[in-house]
Amino acid sequence: MHSFGYRLNGLLTFSLTILAMMCAIASLSDNLNTPSPSAEIQIMNINWFQKQPQGNDEVSLTMNISADLQSLFTWNTKQLFIFVSAEYETPKNSLNQVSLWDAIIPAKEHAKFWIHTSNKYRFVDQGNNLRGKEFNLTLHWHVMPKTGKMFADKIVLTGYSFPEEYR
Amino acid sequence: MKSTHIRQILSQAITLGMVVSSALIIWKGLICITGSESPVVVVLSGSMEPGFKRGDLLFLYMNKDPIRTGQIVVFNDGRDIPIVHRVIEVHERRDSKEADILTKGDANDDDDRMLYASNRQWLQQKHIMGRAVWFLPYVGWFTIIMTEKPVIKYILVGALGLLVITSKG
Repeated sequence: MHSFGYRLNGLLTFSLTILAMMCAIASLSDNLNTPSPSAEIQIMNINWFQKQPQGNDEVSLTMNISADLQSLFTWNTKQLFIFVSAEYETPKNSLNQVSLWDAIIPAKEHAKFWIHTSNKYRFVDQGNNLRGKEFNLTLHWHVMPKTGKMFADKIVLTGYSFPEEYR
Repeated sequence: MKSTHIRQILSQAITLGMVVSSALIIWKGLICITGSESPVVVVLSGSMEPGFKRGDLLFLYMNKDPIRTGQIVVFNDGRDIPIVHRVIEVHERRDSKEADILTKGDANDDDDRMLYASNRQWLQQKHIMGRAVWFLPYVGWFTIIMTEKPVIKYILVGALGLLVITSKG
């Protein structure tokens, strides 16, 4: 009843249970945080806007992205994964979401920033529907914890539109 | 004397059977609750670093909510092992609500088109096995070691068997 094997088994089970509870509590503490993030995206320039040989529209643009996401960090936050995606609709698709740029924010100090960048990923439509089309730019963030529940949210910025003609 | 011995063996066999059954019940229960065929996944590669490292454990959840960019999904479109990457593009059809999905690992420069089976350009909803919602670091190393060094698996099973046999009820 008191053999080494039993004691080891009991010890292991107990420590695993305690560790699991600590992880759960750490994760629950994230719910106490009330974040107040803000962001702004300006399109500085449409670099070019063409129809590819296969018939799909493609655009390259330069953006000015500024944001303050410091309030999203808690002691249980490992990093923030943020990305900007363009959202629009077309006759064939009720929703198109295309990621244009992303970044990893490893610490609270880096969470207030601005960046001048062209789109990191190609912005290609399924078809040639983009001329004169209105679209939203959404800044998403994904909170990746040290342990526990991951959660995500976004800010939707409206009012952008493509040029009427290719250039 | 003999009948007590048989009883003891039977009792141990039943105990072992109950342990195995409970494990199976918990596993199947998890599959039901999370709606995903593999409710728990171990991160095997470094393509989602620094967020997820090799050996981390991910808990998945799947429901009928549409797939949207930013979600971390586990997909298997006919390959041996499922892959955990992030959705970077979604094109959802107006009529059928089917969607074309493109994924990419956070640490990779290119999207996953090269990885998709048979020249596929887009993933469909049916290839997605679940979304990662919960995360525990390091815990998955246990599974990786068991898979890559089967010797340890045999040692552990042997030790467990010994414990059951030598226990006095």
